[in-house]
Amino acid sequence: MSTTRTRPPAPVPAPAPLPNPGTVLADCWTMTRRELVHWRRRPVQVVMNLTFPLMMLVMFVYFIGGGMSIDGYEDYLVPGMFALTMAFGLESTMVALTQDLNKGVIDRFRSIPMARSAVLVGRSAHDMLQSALGLVVLVLSGLLVGWRWHGSPLEVAAALGLLLWLRLAMLWVGVYLGLVAGRPEMVQAVQILVWPVAFFSNVFTSPSTMPGWMGAIADWNPMSATARAVRELFGNPVWGGGTWAAEHAWLLALAWPLLLLAVFFPLAVRRYVNMGR
Amino acid sequence: MTDGDAILVEGLRKEYGTKQALSGLDLTVPNGTVQGLLGPNGAGKTTAVRILSTLLRPSGGRARVAGFDVAAEPDQVRHRIGLLGQHAALDEELSGRENLEMFGRLYHLGARRAAARAGDLLERFDLAAAGRKPVSAYSGGMRRRLDLAACLIGSEHRGGPRVLFLDEPTTGLDPRGRGEVWSAVRSLVEGGTTVLLTTQYLEEADQLADDIAVLDAGRVVAQGSPDALKTRLGADRIDVVVRDPARLEAAASLVGMAARAAEVSRDTDRRLLSAPVTDRMAALAETVRALEAAGIEAEDIALRRPTLDEVFLHTTATTAPTAATATAPATKEGTA
Repeated sequence: MSTTRTRPPAPVPAPAPLPNPGTVLADCWTMTRRELVHWRRRPVQVVMNLTFPLMMLVMFVYFIGGGMSIDGYEDYLVPGMFALTMAFGLESTMVALTQDLNKGVIDRFRSIPMARSAVLVGRSAHDMLQSALGLVVLVLSGLLVGWRWHGSPLEVAAALGLLLWLRLAMLWVGVYLGLVAGRPEMVQAVQILVWPVAFFSNVFTSPSTMPGWMGAIADWNPMSATARAVRELFGNPVWGGGTWAAEHAWLLALAWPLLLLAVFFPLAVRRYVNMGR
Repeated sequence: MTDGDAILVEGLRKEYGTKQALSGLDLTVPNGTVQGLLGPNGAGKTTAVRILSTLLRPSGGRARVAGFDVAAEPDQVRHRIGLLGQHAALDEELSGRENLEMFGRLYHLGARRAAARAGDLLERFDLAAAGRKPVSAYSGGMRRRLDLAACLIGSEHRGGPRVLFLDEPTTGLDPRGRGEVWSAVRSLVEGGTTVLLTTQYLEEADQLADDIAVLDAGRVVAQGSPDALKTRLGADRIDVVVRDPARLEAAASLVGMAARAAEVSRDTDRRLLSAPVTDRMAALAETVRALEAAGIEAEDIALRRPTLDEVFLHTTATTAPTAATATAPATKEGTA
């Protein structure tokens, strides 16, 4: 076959459709909707996701709290479990993204003239929705095991806001890790590695009871900051303290997620945009 | 670029670090034709498809698809192409219909038109009955057909996208699924779609492609119609089936001399000898005579065109020293 043909100028391009905010929004909604249909398709998994933190709650409150006969442990533990569940949300974000990458679905989205941002925005909108719902279920479960809040409605709302703020930050950590790892084996590694992070925190017990170095890590753990801040807002016991990190928990609960977002949001977006390199 | 070219590739290069995936690929595909891309693993087939479908940016060179530069005007290209990757790129949990409607919305058809198109396409690809089932319940062939339907949902004209990229479309499918995909592709081509097809199955290229480019180490090493490739790169062959397996070796040297061939391939199980020939009739006459004189009985003697397998191995063996040990199988049944 001859490749030496005379080449007249390229045909006049058809007018390019300008990306207008309406289409971008519509694309994001289409992507979110896709995830919501999944809920209908796998109700068992949705229920399992919601009951996992509930199981942990029951286990720690009744078996460990009961075994160690600590009075009012549920008031200490339950807000910690809220923070833990929000932080662990990075796993579900990572899993979903890794699956899409491996099935080639992301390739198809990238070969379609849709808004570039919709894949990740849809993902985060859905994950936030799911986590907000999960949080409601968790709050109700907390009330069932005897946890009560004593703060004003405004303080309670602020506490819930801080929890979702942490979730948003962890979501983008999950997006970045999902894009970088891209393989199910890496997801498993992350699923194991989150546990030390969970235990080196104030979720289950006060850092002041831990050896010095571990207590310092636990004190500065972003999850601890959120947990302590929401305990204060809910009017629940905070146990220990005296360190700078503990005394400024609310500040860290705002700053830590902001820092994580400032690092991982641009990293994730750049990683996604540069998939073509 | 002429108006008649759907794909124009000039000196296309892609490097990953120091590794060259494409090293100066040239290719011209006229409108409405099927171009096959053949080559061993790592030859650059998938890289070429990913660049042409805007998933990957080239390191150098130029590529135009449906009249638009893939690097400078990717969105224009995306409006005019369909991509069928190596895996069915579908949401397993959504139904077939929901998948199509989702992709239709992402092409900005609007909910109503997306739904109508989805219905049409399910009919057309014989998936209407399974339309409400989740894709996870589909067979491999059904998934591939739905995948193809998803390639078509956004295209501006009824016949499908102007250019369709198929990256190993039937890998992992059983023969029935393969047949289903082939007939779907044929009907698209009838509608005027240009197809770029990569495959490891030579039979697939032989069945579907008007023109085949053989890739090796990131560039085209041979190109032409399946017939022309066979003629140019592999001479015709003479096949002889010997009755007595004990006399296979004796017969091989006679056939080699008669056909003036440097090498005769042997298939001991089937008592089959095969050698390339230049002068068809002389080789046939001399082979018959020589075997008769030596008293070797032949069950069958036939002249035939080479298979694409033989062409493929011959072509890539001459350019890649590592593949030089490969000997051409005598039959079409071998997989590359």
